[in-house]
Amino acid sequence: MARLVITEEETMLADAARGFLDDAAPVSALRALRDAHKTHDPELWKQMAEMGWAGVLVPEDQGGADMGFAAANVLAQEMGKTLVASPFLSTAVIAATALRQVSDARAAAALADIASGDVTYALAIDEGAKFSPQTTAMTARRVGNGFQLEGRKGFVVDGGFAERLLVLARTDDGLTLFDLPADRTGITRNSRNMIDSRDASTIDFSAVAATGDDVLGVVDDAMAVLRPALEAGQAALAAEMAGTASAAFGITVGYLKERKQFGSPIGSFQALQHRAAHLWSEIEVTSSAILNAGRMLDLDPSNATLAVSLAKARATQTAKLAVIEGVQMHGGIGMTDAFDIGFYMKRARVAAEWLGDYSYHAEQIARIRGF
Amino acid sequence: MLADIQDPEAFRTSFRVWLGENCPPEMRDAGRGEDTICWGGKRWAFTSDAQRVWLERMSAQGLTTPTWPCVYGGGGLDRAREKVFYEELAAINARSPLQSFGIWMLGPALLKFGSEIQKATYLPPVTRGEIRWCQGYSEPGAGSDLASVQTRAEDMGDHYLVNGQKIWTSYADHADWIFALVRTDREAPKHLGISFILIDMATPGVTTRPIRLISGASVFCETFFDNVKVPKENIVGTVNRGWDVAKYLLTHEREMISSGGAGLSGGRSLGSVLAQSSPDGELNDATLRAEAMACEIQSLAVGLTLERYKDQAAAGQGAGDASAMLKYVGTELNKRRHELLMSIAGSQALDWNAEHDSLPADWLRTKANSIEGGTSEVMLSIISRRVLGLPG
Repeated sequence: MARLVITEEETMLADAARGFLDDAAPVSALRALRDAHKTHDPELWKQMAEMGWAGVLVPEDQGGADMGFAAANVLAQEMGKTLVASPFLSTAVIAATALRQVSDARAAAALADIASGDVTYALAIDEGAKFSPQTTAMTARRVGNGFQLEGRKGFVVDGGFAERLLVLARTDDGLTLFDLPADRTGITRNSRNMIDSRDASTIDFSAVAATGDDVLGVVDDAMAVLRPALEAGQAALAAEMAGTASAAFGITVGYLKERKQFGSPIGSFQALQHRAAHLWSEIEVTSSAILNAGRMLDLDPSNATLAVSLAKARATQTAKLAVIEGVQMHGGIGMTDAFDIGFYMKRARVAAEWLGDYSYHAEQIARIRGF
Repeated sequence: MLADIQDPEAFRTSFRVWLGENCPPEMRDAGRGEDTICWGGKRWAFTSDAQRVWLERMSAQGLTTPTWPCVYGGGGLDRAREKVFYEELAAINARSPLQSFGIWMLGPALLKFGSEIQKATYLPPVTRGEIRWCQGYSEPGAGSDLASVQTRAEDMGDHYLVNGQKIWTSYADHADWIFALVRTDREAPKHLGISFILIDMATPGVTTRPIRLISGASVFCETFFDNVKVPKENIVGTVNRGWDVAKYLLTHEREMISSGGAGLSGGRSLGSVLAQSSPDGELNDATLRAEAMACEIQSLAVGLTLERYKDQAAAGQGAGDASAMLKYVGTELNKRRHELLMSIAGSQALDWNAEHDSLPADWLRTKANSIEGGTSEVMLSIISRRVLGLPG
């Protein structure tokens, strides 16, 4: 009935997550990682796994918590507030959802390994500057009983440290998704130095051998497995960005109340008040789209595409506005590396591109809405 | 009385049977627009016998105002039965039997601030659709700065003498009574010299005339008070504390918008305009298409936000000042959508045909959306001060 009301359980989950993350992964933790030239913290992921976060979408039979997509979004949103660097999206959301589409012993074992925190995954789809799975050029040529993969993937988020890769490649009559160990012969990973200080890699595949067992789902029909996984990832990423936007906004409003110029708090100036109120309105409207996407994925997953694209499109625009206004309203101090708002701006830019940018999702919406 | 049944599901069963026997078939066409609304009032001409019968039967059950106390002609329904009530009406697509500013605005104000005599005198005729009310708030010199109203009510001992002018008095030319903000103390700070007063429009000295807008004929009027004698007992609440009543009503009005989504959704669809203006029904212009996508995204997200606030209200979480956000985003979206629709229709949408259902008239009318009921700028100020707590 009250579909779009945040439940008591969700509020409790968010509060618990906030309590943990404020202590274990504040923005200063990301800053420390960056300054130490690291992109992630394996110890943090181990703790998240112990709390059941790695298995948030893993069935209870495989040791997961099986809490559903809305709950995964709640966790992602809290992580977004303090820019937590973790393989949560690639592993606990995207890979777990892909593996759940396949009911065999190998997938069940992989899900158990995800839930326990023993394995991390990365999704290798992008090849050019934009997310575009349908135009994948990388090939998996039939060789004997197996395949040989050839090509290059870029912007593989968490691809620098993940133990396994989900790789999208073109086969004879369509696209096929492979689930490969990242250390298989012929795979070369080159970590990029990303603006958000998190991991993304360019990965070369040179005569990489794969067998039928390495195929996740059915040959030539990657989307049956990949579409639900992408949508789960896109929704959780949108939730993360909504968290990023609201936290950047919170920092900014705090500054408006405290910073004095011309003898008054700058938050008393109408020019800034109205911009802040507009931004808050955008955040409120976007939060409805995020909540709706989680509910659709949980209640009617085969019809969730519109809801998910709406969430990602809105979150992308709102996070962009929040960080631009955040830096501008902070003035000069907002431009300094010593201040946190810049970290939010950088993460929002990377998240905007991952799993489909605003244009990609706007196109999806236009297509579904018939124009 | 149906409303005597306390159990929600028992109420549902009986109400459903009652509707089957009492809701005329002609009244089962809700949502067909302005022409189907019954406003009531002394001069109301029923558009059909069915409309009259439907009003009489519902008001006899107290169900034109389902949540008002029974003693004032209401139904006395609690939240659970109110929900059932609307679900059952929706199930047969029944029209609302009666709509009015008396129900939406005067009623809530009297129930909160009125004296026992005022409630007993004014509320029952509202529930029966016998008296039609209009609102006298804005003045030529008091728009966004509503508290600077200058229409004055002078204490003449045994009555008040009212002089001044109100503007944007919707449907005043059809109304029997007006509830108005008047200045009763010219020396006090502006918020503390205002009273909320009830005036019979038939009193000598009251005149009203419709205002023609850029979009053509409108429901808006201007209303003049020239030495109008008003009984002293017609002040609602405390003399000089009318601003409290006005503020309560304004918040209530926005909350209603947020719980019902009235006026913010609906309207002309993109598809219908495309079908008329493009031979293949496709949007081929890249710039227009990008704007259409942006509008569609905003539209879907704002629609979900209205739904969310409605769900929250049903769960007992009122919107409060956040309702200013719904008014702001909804009205700005409506303006933006109509700019797009005009661009898509191009030169085909330039014929002046305001007396009929026409896109140019709608487009022009939407420009008032972000002015009426509090401008977008006032909404942003409410958000920044009361929601975000930014300093005044």
